[in-house]
Amino acid sequence: MPPPEVRRSIKRSAVSDQQRRRELALLRQTQQRSDSQNRARRLASSVFTLSSSSSSDLILPDKDILTRAADSEEHEAHLDESVAPARELNVVQASKLKGREARQWFARQLMLPEWMIDIPPKLDRDWYVFARPAGNRCFVVSSNGTTISRLRNGSVLHHFPSSLPNGSRTRDSSGPASSYCVLDCIFHEPDQTYYVIDMVCWRDYSLYDCTAEFRFFWLNSKLAESGACNSPSTYHRYRFSVVPIYDCNQAGLHAAYSTSMPYTKDGVLFFNKHAHYQTGNTPLALVWKDNYCSQYFLDTDSQGLVPTQQQVVLEMQEDGKLTTSDDPPVVFGSLEVDFIQKSEFRAGNLLRFAIKDESVRVVDGKLELGDLQFISKSNRARAFADSYSKVFFQYAARHSPLKIEDIAASILPNLPDDSPIVDVEMGS
Amino acid sequence: MAMEITQILLAAQSADGQIRTVAEENLKQFQQQNLPLFIHSLSTELSSEHKPPESRRLAGLILKNSLDAKDAARREELTQSWVSMDPSIKSQVKESLLLTLASLVSEARHTSCQVIAKVASIEIPRREWQELIVKLLNNMTQPDSPAPLKQATLEALGYVCEEISPQDLEQEQVNAVLTAVVQGMNQMEHSSEVRLAAVKALYNALDFAQANFENETERNFIMKVVCETAMAKEPEIRQASLECLVSIASTYYGYLEPYMQTLFNLTSNAVRGDQEPIALQAIEFWSSICDEEIQIQEESEEEDTGSSPHSNFINQALPVLVPLMLETLLKQEEDQDQEDGVWNLSMAGGTCLGLIARTVGDTIVPLVMPFVESNITKGDWRCREAATFAFGSILEGPSVKKLAPLVHSGLEFLLNAMKDHSSHVKDTTAWTLGRIFEFLHSASSEYSVLTAANLPRIIAVLLESIRDAPNVAEKVCGAIYFLAQGYEGGDSSSSLLTPYLGDIVTALLSTADRADTSNPRLRSSAYETLNELVRCSNLRETSSMVAQLLLEIMNRLSKTLELQIVSSDDREKQSDLQALLCGVLQVIIQKLSNSDETSSIINQYADQMMILFLQVFACRSSTVHEEAMLALGALAYATGPQFAKYMQEFYKYLEMGLQNFEEYQVCSISVGVVGDICRALDDKILPYCDGIVSQLLKNLSDPVLHRSVKPPIFSCFGDIALAIGEHFEKYIPYVIPMLQGAADHCSELSPDDDDMQEYGNQLRRGIFEAYSGILQGFKSSKAALMVPHANRLLKFIEAVVSDKFRDEEVTKAAVAVLGDLADALGPNTKVLLKDHTFHVELLGECIQSDNDQLKETAVWTQGMIQRVLVS
Repeated sequence: MPPPEVRRSIKRSAVSDQQRRRELALLRQTQQRSDSQNRARRLASSVFTLSSSSSSDLILPDKDILTRAADSEEHEAHLDESVAPARELNVVQASKLKGREARQWFARQLMLPEWMIDIPPKLDRDWYVFARPAGNRCFVVSSNGTTISRLRNGSVLHHFPSSLPNGSRTRDSSGPASSYCVLDCIFHEPDQTYYVIDMVCWRDYSLYDCTAEFRFFWLNSKLAESGACNSPSTYHRYRFSVVPIYDCNQAGLHAAYSTSMPYTKDGVLFFNKHAHYQTGNTPLALVWKDNYCSQYFLDTDSQGLVPTQQQVVLEMQEDGKLTTSDDPPVVFGSLEVDFIQKSEFRAGNLLRFAIKDESVRVVDGKLELGDLQFISKSNRARAFADSYSKVFFQYAARHSPLKIEDIAASILPNLPDDSPIVDVEMGS
Repeated sequence: MAMEITQILLAAQSADGQIRTVAEENLKQFQQQNLPLFIHSLSTELSSEHKPPESRRLAGLILKNSLDAKDAARREELTQSWVSMDPSIKSQVKESLLLTLASLVSEARHTSCQVIAKVASIEIPRREWQELIVKLLNNMTQPDSPAPLKQATLEALGYVCEEISPQDLEQEQVNAVLTAVVQGMNQMEHSSEVRLAAVKALYNALDFAQANFENETERNFIMKVVCETAMAKEPEIRQASLECLVSIASTYYGYLEPYMQTLFNLTSNAVRGDQEPIALQAIEFWSSICDEEIQIQEESEEEDTGSSPHSNFINQALPVLVPLMLETLLKQEEDQDQEDGVWNLSMAGGTCLGLIARTVGDTIVPLVMPFVESNITKGDWRCREAATFAFGSILEGPSVKKLAPLVHSGLEFLLNAMKDHSSHVKDTTAWTLGRIFEFLHSASSEYSVLTAANLPRIIAVLLESIRDAPNVAEKVCGAIYFLAQGYEGGDSSSSLLTPYLGDIVTALLSTADRADTSNPRLRSSAYETLNELVRCSNLRETSSMVAQLLLEIMNRLSKTLELQIVSSDDREKQSDLQALLCGVLQVIIQKLSNSDETSSIINQYADQMMILFLQVFACRSSTVHEEAMLALGALAYATGPQFAKYMQEFYKYLEMGLQNFEEYQVCSISVGVVGDICRALDDKILPYCDGIVSQLLKNLSDPVLHRSVKPPIFSCFGDIALAIGEHFEKYIPYVIPMLQGAADHCSELSPDDDDMQEYGNQLRRGIFEAYSGILQGFKSSKAALMVPHANRLLKFIEAVVSDKFRDEEVTKAAVAVLGDLADALGPNTKVLLKDHTFHVELLGECIQSDNDQLKETAVWTQGMIQRVLVS
C-alpha cells in the first residue's frame, strides 16, 4: 500500500539528487545573471562624473586633457582664485597629472568638515558619529596597478601596491584592468594603517552623488571583500581598515567618544546621513574635539606647544583683505598696502597671525577678530587658510568650549527598546 | 431528437479490433459534425433504462470526456463549446442526467453522478444551473425516495463539491447540502450504501463548512455524527469517516479542543485493534495534527506574522500517544525492506513519531529511550529493529545538546549492529546512522558527534557495509551522503574527511557497478552520493582527486555509447545511466569552476567533454537530454568565450531543447542554458540570436507550453540583450509587446490561488529582468529607443509595488529596473519620475530592509534617481 499523497515515509530513500541539481543550476544562473546585470550597472559610462551635483563642473571629454593641462600651466598664477581647470578632470585623467598640477587638483578633492561651533538639530536622527583616527587625512587612489595616497595639500604620502581594485600589478580577476577606486582616509602612523573614513569611487562607480548612508554601507560591504583589510604582504603594503560608525544617539555618541578604539583618537566626526560627498568645506560633516578624545584640542605651533595667544592662518587677497578658506570667504581684517609691499606678499599668500583675546567679539553670533598681529608667512606645505569654523572653534575652545555633555544633552534619550542602535556599523 | 447510437457504442467495445476502430471513427465523426446532437444522443442513451448497461456506461464516459480534459487548453475549448450550446439542448441533457440518478443500474447512476459534477463545474461558477442543488436535495427529502436514488444523489453532491470551490455556493446552499449529507450519515434511517455515500460526500463538502464549524451547535452536531460513523460496524464507513477526521484535523484544527479526548480514544482503538487501512488513517490523524502544530510553531518563529492559536494537543497527549506509536513499530512486515516507499503500520507509526519529535522537541526523548533500551538487545529481530527505528525517528526535533550524549554512548552499539544477522536491523541501523549524520553532525557545531577519534571506525564500518545486501548498501550510501554534507563549509583549511575520500569514491564507484540487483535505485544512490561528496569536498585538498574522478566518469560515459541497444528497454537503461553520469559531470564542472586554480582542469578536458555531450544528445532520449543540457550549461559558464567554437555543433540540440514543449523541464533548462551561453560568449552569440529569439517568441505565444517556462524566457531576453547590447534593437518591435502583454496578464492572475501568486511573482521578476537587460544593454548607445516605453514600464512597476503579495525578489527586481530606467534614460525620465512619486516610499522601505542585496540595490537606485532629479 502506498502512503497517502501528502505523507512521505520517514524511512524513504534519503537521496534524491536530480531536483537538487536542477535547483543548484538555477541558483547559479540566477546569481550569475544578477552579477552581470550589476556589473553593467557599475560600468563607468557617461553617467558617472567626479564632481558633486552641487558643483557646476562637468566632466570633460578625454581629448581635452592635454590642452587643459597646458592651460593650467599658463594660468598658474591664478589657480588659487579661479576654479582650476584641472579640477574638471576625472580621477583617471588626473592620475596622469604630475607635480604641481597633480597637487593642486588633489588638494581640492577632499570633503572638509567644518568645526562644530553649534549643535545641528536632529543630531540623533540625521547624523552618524565616529571617532576620528589621529593622523593625516589623505586621498587614496588605486588605478593602473598602483596606489597613491596624497595629503590634504595634494602632495604624495605613499606610492605603493595594495589589494584595492587595480591597486597592484597582480591579476585582478574581479574587474577590468582600467578599474580604479578612490578613498578618503586617515593614515594612522602607529599601526601603519589607512583608516577609511569615506568611499568616493569604487571599481569605477562614483559615489559622489550618493548619500553618506549609502557610501558607508557600500564601504562596509565592498572594502573587506577586496582583501584590502588583510595584513600587509608583498602586493599589499599597508593595511586598510574601516572605522566603527554609529547612529548619533546617546549610545552611539558614547561609543564614539569613550569606547577605546584600535587607533589613537583625534576628536569625533559627525556626518549627515543624507549629504553627498562634496569637495571643500561643508557644514554637513562636522569635527569636534576636547581634551579627553584628542591630544590636539588646542592648536599647537611648530614646536608642538600651545601658544599663549590663539593663532590663525589667513589668505591675503589682491586688495589686501585677509580671508578664511570658506566659499565665499569670510574677511577677518586687511593689511596696509605699504606693509604688503614691504613684505613682498602676493595675493594668495597664506599668513599667520596672533589674535588678541580682548579684541575679539561675537556680534549676532558672528565672530569678529579685531586686532591681528602678523607672525610669519605660513609653512609652504599648507594649501589653505583656516576656515571660519575652525577659528571660531579654537576661540571657543580657549574660552567656553562646547562640551560633550552639551552634545549629549541635545540628543533625546534613547528609544524605548534601549538597544544601541547601530544602523551601519563598520568593521567588527 | 436524439440519434440512436446503441449499436455504435456496443461496437466500440467489441473484442474485434476492426469493428472497434470503425465504431470509434464513427463516433468521432459524429462528434465533429454535430456536437449538440452528439451530446444529446449520449445523454439519452445514458438515461434510457431499457438500453444495455455497457452502452449506457460508455455513453456516460464519452459525455464526461466531452466536457473535461486533463490538458488545460483542451478543457477550455470543451468548456466553451458547452457554454455556447443551444440552451434547450443543455437543459434536456441535464434533465436526463438527473433522471438517471434514479436508475436501477448502479453503473448508470455512478456515471451520471460524474457527468453531473462536470456540468456543474462549468455552470455553477457562472451562476447557472442554480436549481441543481435544490433538485438533488429534493431527492433526499422525498419520503418515498428509494435508497439507490439517495445513494446516487449523495455521490453526486460529493462530486459537485469536489469540482467547485466554496465561493461558488451561497451559504444557504452550503447549509442545505451539509444538512442533507449529515442526515444521510444517520445510522438509524439509512442503509450502509447510503451512509457510505454520505460520509464520502461529507469529505468533499468539508471545505465548504467554514461557517458551520464556526457555529458551536452545528460543529457539535457534525463532529458527533462523524465520530459515530467512525465506529460503524462497516469497515468502509469507518475508514471514510477517519478520512474525514484527518481532513478536519488540518482544516479545522482550531476548533478541535472539546473533541480531543473522544478523538484520542477513537483513534487509539483503531490503531490498536482495527484493520490496517483504518489503523493507518487513525495514525494519519495524529500526523496531521503534528503538521498543523509544526506549521503554527514555524509561523510564530517568523516575525510579524500573526500566527494561529496553538492548542498543544500533541504535548497534552504525549504520555499516551508516544506508547501508542511505539507499539506500531513492532508490527513490521517480513519483506518491507525490499520495496521503496512501503507503507504499513510500522512505517506510518515511525513517521508519526518523527513528526511528534519535531513538534515537541526534547520532551519526547525520555518517553522513547526506555523502549529503545529494553528492546535493542532482545532476541527477536522485530524488537531490535523497532528499537533502532524509534531512536532514528526522534533525531530531528530535540536539541542537539539533548541528543548528542545519547548518540555518543550509543554509536558503538549501532556500528556493531551493522553486523546483525537480520537484514532488517542492518537496514534500519544504516538509516539511523544517516539520520545521526544529517542532524547531529556539522563541522561547525560544538556538539557534533563525529570526531577525529571515531571517524576512522565509522568509515571502516560504512565501507564494509556498503558491500552488504542492496537495500542495506543503499541506506549506507544515504549515510555517506549526510556524512559528507556535514563537512561542507567548515572554516578550517582542511576537512577531516579528506584522507578517506579516495576509498569512499572507490567504494561508491564499485557499488554503482554492482550486478547483484536489478533495482536501479542502488546505482543512482551511489552516483548521487558521489555528487554530494564532490560538492562538499575541500577543493584545495581534493582537486587532483576530483580531476581523476572527472576522467573516470568521462570514461564511463563514453562506454555507454558502445552499449548494445536492441530494445526500448535497453535504450531506457542507457539513457538512465547517461543521466546519472552527466549529473556527476555537472557537479564536477561546477565545483572546479569555483576557483581559478582548478578551472584550468575543465578547460583542459572541455573538448573531450563537449564531444561526449554531443554524442549523448545524438542518442536522443529526453532524460539524458535534460541532464546533458544541465551539464553543458555549467561547461559553458566554466569555459567562457572559448565555448564559441562548440556553438555550431551544439546549436541544433539547443534548438531542439527549446522546442521540446512536452517535456517542459527540458525546455526550461534549455532556456537557462541560453543565459549561460550569453554570459560566456557576450556578443559572440550574435549569429545565433535570430534563431534563438524567434524560437523563444514562438514558445511564449504557444498555449500548450507549460507556464512555468515563460518567466525564465523573459529573463532570458534580458540575458541576450545584455550580451549583444545595441544589436538587440531589431528584436524590440517583437519583444516589447510580449513584455507589455505579460505585464497586463499579471494583473489578471487570481490573487486567491497560491500557485497563481507564485507564478505571478516569477512572471513579474522575469519581465523586470528582461527590461533591466535591455536598458543596460542599450545604455551606451541606444537608450533613446526605450524612451517611448518608459511610461508604461514605470506604471507597471508602480502596479507591482502596490501588490501586497509581491515577494522580496520581485521587489528587488522592481527596484533594480527602476534604477536602470533612470540610469539608462537619464534626464528623459525626470518628468516621469516627478509624476510617479511611488519610488520615494518604495526606496525608503527597501533601504530599511534587512536584506543587504535589496538595500544595496535600493540605495543604488536612489542615487540614480537623485541624479536625474537634480539634472
